[in-house]
Amino acid sequence: MDLSDRSSSLTTAPIGEESPLEVHDLTVAYRKKPVLWGVDLRAPAGKLIGILGPNGAGKSTLIKACMGLLPASAGWVKVFGKPINQSLLRVGYVPQRESVDWDFPVNVMDVVLMGRYGKLGLFRRPTAADRSCARDCLERVKMLPFADRQISNLSGGQQQRVFLARALAQESDLYFMDEPFAGVDAATETAIIELLHELRHQGKTLFVVHHDLPTARNYFDWLLLLNMRVVAFGPTEHVFTYDLLQKTYGGRLTILSEVAEAVRVKEA
Amino acid sequence: MSFIPHFSVHQVFIAPWTTDISSYGWIMLMTFLVGAACGLVGNYLILRRMALMGDAISHSVLPGIVVAFLVTGSRGTVPMFAGAVAAAVLTTVLIEVIHRHSVIKQDAAIGIAFSSLFALGVILIAVFADTVDLDQDCVLNGELPLIAVSPPMTLAGMTLGPPAVVRMGCVLFFSCGLILLFYKELLLSSFDPALASAMGLRSGWIHQLLMIWLSITVVSAFEAVGSILVIAMLILPGATAALISDRLVVRLGWSLVHAALSAVLGLHLSIGLDCSPSGAAVVAGSFLFGVAWVFGPQDGLVSRWWSRKEGRTETLV
Repeated sequence: MDLSDRSSSLTTAPIGEESPLEVHDLTVAYRKKPVLWGVDLRAPAGKLIGILGPNGAGKSTLIKACMGLLPASAGWVKVFGKPINQSLLRVGYVPQRESVDWDFPVNVMDVVLMGRYGKLGLFRRPTAADRSCARDCLERVKMLPFADRQISNLSGGQQQRVFLARALAQESDLYFMDEPFAGVDAATETAIIELLHELRHQGKTLFVVHHDLPTARNYFDWLLLLNMRVVAFGPTEHVFTYDLLQKTYGGRLTILSEVAEAVRVKEA
Repeated sequence: MSFIPHFSVHQVFIAPWTTDISSYGWIMLMTFLVGAACGLVGNYLILRRMALMGDAISHSVLPGIVVAFLVTGSRGTVPMFAGAVAAAVLTTVLIEVIHRHSVIKQDAAIGIAFSSLFALGVILIAVFADTVDLDQDCVLNGELPLIAVSPPMTLAGMTLGPPAVVRMGCVLFFSCGLILLFYKELLLSSFDPALASAMGLRSGWIHQLLMIWLSITVVSAFEAVGSILVIAMLILPGATAALISDRLVVRLGWSLVHAALSAVLGLHLSIGLDCSPSGAAVVAGSFLFGVAWVFGPQDGLVSRWWSRKEGRTETLV
């Protein structure tokens, strides 16, 4: 793990400051079948980064492995220059909305307060300051009036906003978000993207798994094109090209026509 | 002559609270303590979809008890308890190993682990300990009525009460303590284990903590009240509370209420029908579940019917 390891294949980030996320030769296998293969990245700070790729490309696997939720078969991950278990409090996470049971007996406020648990540590209860922070976070996603609402009585878009408020309550510097736009209404989508831009302006780095090609170009500063390996990682204007997208999505016809459409819009 | 034994209002409803309180009081208290302790841990089992784990553990403690007997040669409480808890923890580890390292899902893994351990216990008894008496009725229904006549436990000159009741009281106290200390951790790891891990909370440790807690609760209750009451009370109080409230703290409170009502109603039922107090408490607990199902304030059949009739439907924004 010495410095000479950081060969020229590691992509750009301002030299001199610690990269929020540095991944070297990361390989993750599921039942002996590799899902991610030799991923190298060095992310710049203060960017909104979209992760694009076809189903099964390993997008969720990558962010889970970066957070230490899945064991790596090879390679390493550093968050702000340290192994992930020493940087946990600087990392926020928005899991896929379907990953939890929305009939769980908690209300909106309880869920947002969960974002404070990491900083609270063992044996300490949320304080008045934590509650006031949680209320601020709910206000920022325009969900404060729903603070006492049972979570099963929320629409999909509202559930997603609650998850975002919880991530805000984590007050992290690096965020991983797994499909925050999946199944939300247009108003929520706009609200979320505004919030992500605001976070980026505060210097936070955000990795967002995204599915929709046409919007990807407008939403993100940087793109990570992933299909088991890193196909491309860089500023959107360099990476969002027909060739690279075709390389990422392979011969999938429907996607390819979508790509063609998206690129045409871009060039028009 | 009838199927219903002779019925006396005084004997069934008044005597247990007056002249016979010294014996029936302990039975009611014990039934409540078991229901309360099992109900608290049961709430978490239900939330984590592991409700049948208690069923599994109450079977798979058998080989642990037999091995403890073979090793120590005694039927004392301490070795039996240690053997049973060890077997219970082994069961949960075995279930975890099977379902992590194979394509077998958790429910099937539970079925494999407890049935094979139970069978192992049966064989161990047949081969090595044929003389140990294992009363089937006792396993199912326990020896609740014997509690009141067992010699009371004394501590520093103070008479505390029957040992089983004291032990169960300690387990309930311990359960409340765990919930108070680890409320956040239990909540987050049950709701969103991925975020819990991302925050550095070892979900695996919380799972093991829950399993050890469950094992101690089940084993402590098992000997005195039998398996029926334990298995039922792991699920009924939590399930009933789930029909009444949708906040976890409130549910925990309602499951204690359920345990208390089941203990009282069950005792009257068992005197009236002259049957096992454990079985009667389960019948009473199931009845309370039914009442909550029909009349529950949020999701009960009556309130559903009422809101349909009124044409009131919740609209989501």
